[in-house]
Amino acid sequence: MNWGFLLEVILGGLMAGVLYSLVALGFVLIYKASGVFNFAQGAMVLFAALSLVRLMEHMPFLAAFVLTLAIMVLLAIGIERLVLRPLVNQAPIILFMATIGLTYFLDGFGQTIWGSDVYQLNIGMPKEPIIMAESLVNGGILVNKEDLYAALIAAILVAGLALFFQKTATGRALRAVADDHQAAQSVGIPLNRIWVIVWAVSGIVALVAGMVWGSKLGVQFSLSLIALKALPVVILGGFESVPGAIIGGLIIGVGEKLSEVYLGPYVGGGIEYWFAYVLALLFLLVRPEGLFGEKHIDRV
Amino acid sequence: MKMNLRVSAVAALGAAMIISGGAYAQANEQFVPVLVYRTGPYAPNGVPVANGFVDYLKLINARDGGINGVKLTWEECETGYATDRGIECYERLKGKGPTGATAFNPLSTGITYALTEKVGADKIPLFTTGYGRSESKDGSVFKWNFPFMGTYWVAADILVQHVTKKEGGADKMKGKKIALVYHDSPYGKEPIPVLQEHAKRLGFELLTLPVTHPGVEQKATWLQIRQQRPNYVFLWGWGVMNSTAMKEAIAVGYPRSQMFGVWWAGAEPDVLTADDAAKGYNAITLQHGAEKTTVHNEIIKHVHDKGQGTGEKKEIGQVLYNRGMISAMLVVEAVRSAQGKFGKKPLKGEEVRWGAENLKIDAARIKALGMEGMIQPIATSCADHEGAQKARIHSWDGDKWSFTSDWYQADEKVLGPMIAAASKKYAAEKNITPRDCSKE
Repeated sequence: MNWGFLLEVILGGLMAGVLYSLVALGFVLIYKASGVFNFAQGAMVLFAALSLVRLMEHMPFLAAFVLTLAIMVLLAIGIERLVLRPLVNQAPIILFMATIGLTYFLDGFGQTIWGSDVYQLNIGMPKEPIIMAESLVNGGILVNKEDLYAALIAAILVAGLALFFQKTATGRALRAVADDHQAAQSVGIPLNRIWVIVWAVSGIVALVAGMVWGSKLGVQFSLSLIALKALPVVILGGFESVPGAIIGGLIIGVGEKLSEVYLGPYVGGGIEYWFAYVLALLFLLVRPEGLFGEKHIDRV
Repeated sequence: MKMNLRVSAVAALGAAMIISGGAYAQANEQFVPVLVYRTGPYAPNGVPVANGFVDYLKLINARDGGINGVKLTWEECETGYATDRGIECYERLKGKGPTGATAFNPLSTGITYALTEKVGADKIPLFTTGYGRSESKDGSVFKWNFPFMGTYWVAADILVQHVTKKEGGADKMKGKKIALVYHDSPYGKEPIPVLQEHAKRLGFELLTLPVTHPGVEQKATWLQIRQQRPNYVFLWGWGVMNSTAMKEAIAVGYPRSQMFGVWWAGAEPDVLTADDAAKGYNAITLQHGAEKTTVHNEIIKHVHDKGQGTGEKKEIGQVLYNRGMISAMLVVEAVRSAQGKFGKKPLKGEEVRWGAENLKIDAARIKALGMEGMIQPIATSCADHEGAQKARIHSWDGDKWSFTSDWYQADEKVLGPMIAAASKKYAAEKNITPRDCSKE
């Protein structure tokens, strides 16, 4: 066993996991506050990244970033008015179906107004690798500097979200809505405004995820498929838990890389994509609500 | 008798009117189905190919008034690079136009595999310029398939020839390692038999590393490359997989100068997002690269300057735009060749198939087409539906693609027996009696 290489694969998996967590966070936020599983999170990542990169052609990064934030807030208002409000009190599956429709709309609309080319997004993330512990391990241990920066951005985002949820009145209102819609409404919390806020926050998370992924891959349609990588993360971590999205991302990231490197050669390779789901399903057998999901106790 | 003559004359006139009326009812048009992917994960690569294809058809109509007076019509159908949607497009478009579809260019090896049996039943040729089934070069078995200008087996063979030359000869290849990073699909798997054959023959080790569609996550693959340290990496990707591979190569410090892509991994979208870091990356060409010749000026003059351009003017002359343009040229030339035998009128797919099988594009014709320097002569026959097996290497200098090798000719001694064996196997499986090409 080459321990240095094993460590390198684990580190690579952890870094990839952080990036999955960035997308998974968007799913969790909306589910926590509204009970809606937002299938359109990947499309929102693409839409935000496309908006940012095309606006950057006409203005500096900061101005484009602020304008994209405004676009994502407007999008949140639009979604609340046109999609969610008419479907209030409908079954969760109806809302889920609506977000599938929203996915296709956003994918198509984004590409229609911003184009379907590959757009280079340079936000100054370094690309060169760092080789550590060369004296201990033959060839050293490789860590991708770009992934380290991405992990740092994710950490700042999570810290910001934690502060927002714990320390602000709006954050507390969001948590109240998440716990019980009717009780929250009865104490005067406006449900519609809360939904706009949570979709806007989710849009901001999508923008950050789109920025990081877009810097890695270039901004293009495939960014919307990143959501498929985040699905096993939320299954494993639990739909309602921010820490679950982070830990779930790390477990999925490491699990899929180890499986590809060490199991892949025995079965022809190319297994990491579906192995993530196998891993998530195995966890579900033990904890159906996910690692950090809330246990639902139904009285009969 | 006089009466009879008058009656006969009236009858003849009436018949002539009916016949000519019938001829006027059938439009003097040749319908070309255009399968594209302008949306989805492969759109950045699919769009320039589609634009080049359609621009060339527009040029033929605008400049020449069609092919010998027969106007071209076309309809696009979005496949999204998905096989099921490709088949749906085929079924929708195969009967359009006065004589049905001229030929299908599916722009996907997966769709090609799915259509190979259907086209025979519908008598419509399947043009797969630079992709598709490699053994379909053998026209005695694959009567309706035309993998013009080069198959993946040709690409794999020439890439091995090139690295062997770089190493200083066949005897230097023993003990070397080549990693094939491939799209886990029929397309990506195509070169494996030829690379295995060469590995056996030359004594190098072949590592095969599949990447799952669409290829946005390749960290594990490139960590294995870092560990195994192959002498060369052959990249058989498409779309986002290529640019991601470039970024991962940078991340693990693998030298781009030792990376060689197939001709679907050697265009502008593959390197532009990696910026300067892709400098030194190489790819085999499907003869042409990113050159601009007379035909491009003609397209600008007759199509774009008239406000009829399909895409942006800046993409004219890019690698994938040229690929689409050449694919359309082959459709036009097949029709022109068939018109020489069947007449200057709208032709059926079956007649166009004959034209494709008797295509002779020599140096003089290439010059007349305005493609001098882009392509080599193409000559097809019953036994050879490919028409040419030449390629060269081009490299990305951080700003543009430039040719960095001479022309290579695929090694028929290696490929010939493989093609014969594969097509024979296919014929046995499908109960096809091969045509006797000596009699055609």
